Amino acid sequence: MASVCFYFQVHQPSRLRHYTVFDDHDYYFDDHKNGEICRKVANKCYLPANRLMLDLIRQYDGKFKVAYSITGTLLEQLENYAPEVLSTFDALARTGCVEFLAETYYHSLSFLYSRNEFAAQINKHVQTIEKLFGQTPKIFRNTELIYNNELAQMIESMGCFDAIISEGADHILGYRSPNFVYSPKGCNRLRLLLKNYRLSDDIAFRFSNRGWAQWPLTADKFSHWVSKVNGNGFIVNLFMDYETFGEHQWKDTGIFEFMRHLPGEIFKHPDNDFKTPSEVAKAYQPLGVIDVPHVISWADIERDLSAWLGNAMQSNAIHELYRLERKIKSTGDNNLINDWRKMQTSDHFYYMCTKWFSDGDVHKYFNPYDSPYDSYINFMNILGNLQKRVDKHHQQAVPAGAVA
Amino acid sequence: MKVFMLGWEFPPFISGGLGTACYGLTKALDQMGVEITFVLPTAVQTKFATHVKLVTPALKSQEQAITRTRKFRNVAFRTLNSPLQPYQTNISYQKKIEESLAQIRALHGHTDQFLGTLDYSGDMYKEVQRYADLAVRLAENEEFDVIHAHDWMTYPAGAAVAKVSGKPLVIHVHSTEFDRSGEHVNQMIYDIERMGMHVADKIIAVSYLTRNIIISRYGISGDKVEVVYNGVERNGNNGWPGGNAPINKDERIVLFLGRITMQKGPDYFLRAAKKVLERIDNVKFVMAGSGDMMHRAVEMAAGLGIGSKVLFTGFLRGDDVQKIFKMADLYVMPSVSEPFGIAPLEALDNDVPIIISKQSGVSEVINHALKVDFWDVDEIANKIVAVLSYPPLGIMLRSHGNYEVRKLRWSDSASKCKKIYEEALAGAFV
Repeated sequence: MASVCFYFQVHQPSRLRHYTVFDDHDYYFDDHKNGEICRKVANKCYLPANRLMLDLIRQYDGKFKVAYSITGTLLEQLENYAPEVLSTFDALARTGCVEFLAETYYHSLSFLYSRNEFAAQINKHVQTIEKLFGQTPKIFRNTELIYNNELAQMIESMGCFDAIISEGADHILGYRSPNFVYSPKGCNRLRLLLKNYRLSDDIAFRFSNRGWAQWPLTADKFSHWVSKVNGNGFIVNLFMDYETFGEHQWKDTGIFEFMRHLPGEIFKHPDNDFKTPSEVAKAYQPLGVIDVPHVISWADIERDLSAWLGNAMQSNAIHELYRLERKIKSTGDNNLINDWRKMQTSDHFYYMCTKWFSDGDVHKYFNPYDSPYDSYINFMNILGNLQKRVDKHHQQAVPAGAVA
Repeated sequence: MKVFMLGWEFPPFISGGLGTACYGLTKALDQMGVEITFVLPTAVQTKFATHVKLVTPALKSQEQAITRTRKFRNVAFRTLNSPLQPYQTNISYQKKIEESLAQIRALHGHTDQFLGTLDYSGDMYKEVQRYADLAVRLAENEEFDVIHAHDWMTYPAGAAVAKVSGKPLVIHVHSTEFDRSGEHVNQMIYDIERMGMHVADKIIAVSYLTRNIIISRYGISGDKVEVVYNGVERNGNNGWPGGNAPINKDERIVLFLGRITMQKGPDYFLRAAKKVLERIDNVKFVMAGSGDMMHRAVEMAAGLGIGSKVLFTGFLRGDDVQKIFKMADLYVMPSVSEPFGIAPLEALDNDVPIIISKQSGVSEVINHALKVDFWDVDEIANKIVAVLSYPPLGIMLRSHGNYEVRKLRWSDSASKCKKIYEEALAGAFV
């Protein structure tokens, strides 16, 4: 049996506007640019891809299944700038073949800095998904697939999740294969699903690479690789950004055609099927325990946190941000708290990354700033203003007479 | 490979990037075994004026400077008697000549008998032509394969030597009239530059910025123009971050170092300073350099009400440059048009973070710098305040920048030049 399990990450950050140290207002987010990008990606990716998934589900009579994790920051933007995308997600939800996963509402790194904030953001996301799509997420995925034993244990203790998703990194798996269900170390009930990064990246990164020996990748060829799992695995976890369709891989690469033909090719092998993460967690018993004492992620070759927290600017910015938590929450002012939370989105710290900067890497395509330095300056200027607002709030909250 | 190089001043008598570049490149070519006859203008004393300093800098030291360069193995130095200096304008040139004549007059009461021996033209353009004649006479007794001329004052000399010798001409464009004068170009200089570029077999531009100007403003075909970036002499910090921990001082120092001329954007620096001082007080702005906008800059600082916060040091050289870098927290280069910009590299080499104008060649090669549009005073001020307020920013710009600057080596520039000589030679015999 080889069950193909698709999960797509769907996310856009709330990009900050250009903000100098001389600015003094609380309009932190670039509504114009966010709207423009949201509509662009909706037209190039979300709308055509959703339509395709809907077609496939109908065509295969419910045997084709997928899962999504859509961040709160994107859901808010879709509501404002591209509500038709929300309707198509809703249509997908109604088919019964689509599962929605839970994550931190703000696509944040809060697990590493504040457990309270982390839990609060998960709850907010779960409630939003319930409200919008009428289903309660049972699977958790953390931002950038950041994971360790402690995270799994905390997610299990929340009591509402059946499984957690992470990266099938070589250094945690060793000789083992990502094509089985595992148990996280220290957990009893919770299951662990690991990304098959080779097959996932064949689609997400290598699909249009003409220098790749396997180019062009056809549905037929790919299904052949999937079928080879039969006999030494039960599942093929294909986890990737949804923007793979139409945005990372443009339409003219044939990515949509590939996807259109894939289910048919997969079904040619009688033992193959599609399963959602929840179905996978129920269908297969864990093969063993995976021990991840150190934090891993799905990023780069290092599979670590260095893309978000690897340099002095990144760690300074995020520490300063979380240092505000108590003060900002004690104001009870939702405008302040929401601004603070939207600043937690991991993208803001990713923009400050200097790892590839000298090589003029492709990552620049998704970066609204000319340089990591500019993004740090902008972030810190806004944080400075936020801090000022919080201080002002506290000063006003304590009337002069209260002392006496 | 033997090169007839028409160059400029050598350290320590450097008035700008041109001299630094000539020195760095020649040294690296020498180490590669390329033989060079290095020709430069030097005002030589006449027998009647032995105790008169005709032209600054002091001649004796200039001679010493050239003797000092004995460490070159493959370079022969030839000086031609001419008062030409880089960065002159016709007005400043005439002023210098008149000053010398006045000095002679004061000593001898009359000048008539000296004018013949002095032999310089009172007009810079004519002097450039006279220099070309001298170069041709010198070249007749030299053996070489290729001619390499640096910046416009030597183009007529390069062209003349090429015509007489039949050897290929490579001209090296360190700046153009458009960089120096904006849209108010001097037609005479433009014409000389254009002539040089058209007769040259190969053109070396110090950046793509300059290459674009050469193509679009001078009507040169792109396949003739190659980009060779400048390098940097490593003499500052050796990469040990604790080596020169800043002296505990109450005031931060933001540095402008360069000629105080329209091209370098001193007025944008001062207006940004004014904005910065609205935010933070414990900062001083140091303007190191001299130039034709010096007086205006002093007046402007006073006019903006920040006179006490801006210090003018005048022109600095040698150790003083090192000293000012050691004191600086930040270097700002708001140039309106900067073909390359060696000074910011020296700043990085000395562990000083830099803010550079996007309208500069150096911004093509350095990533770890803050970049601004020269006219965007608000953004310059924003970034100055950021460096002074957020310590991780300075730390990262320093460490990454210092590392990045090491990639720019004169030896790489020299090998590219050598390749271009070979192409010019091959092209000349087709």
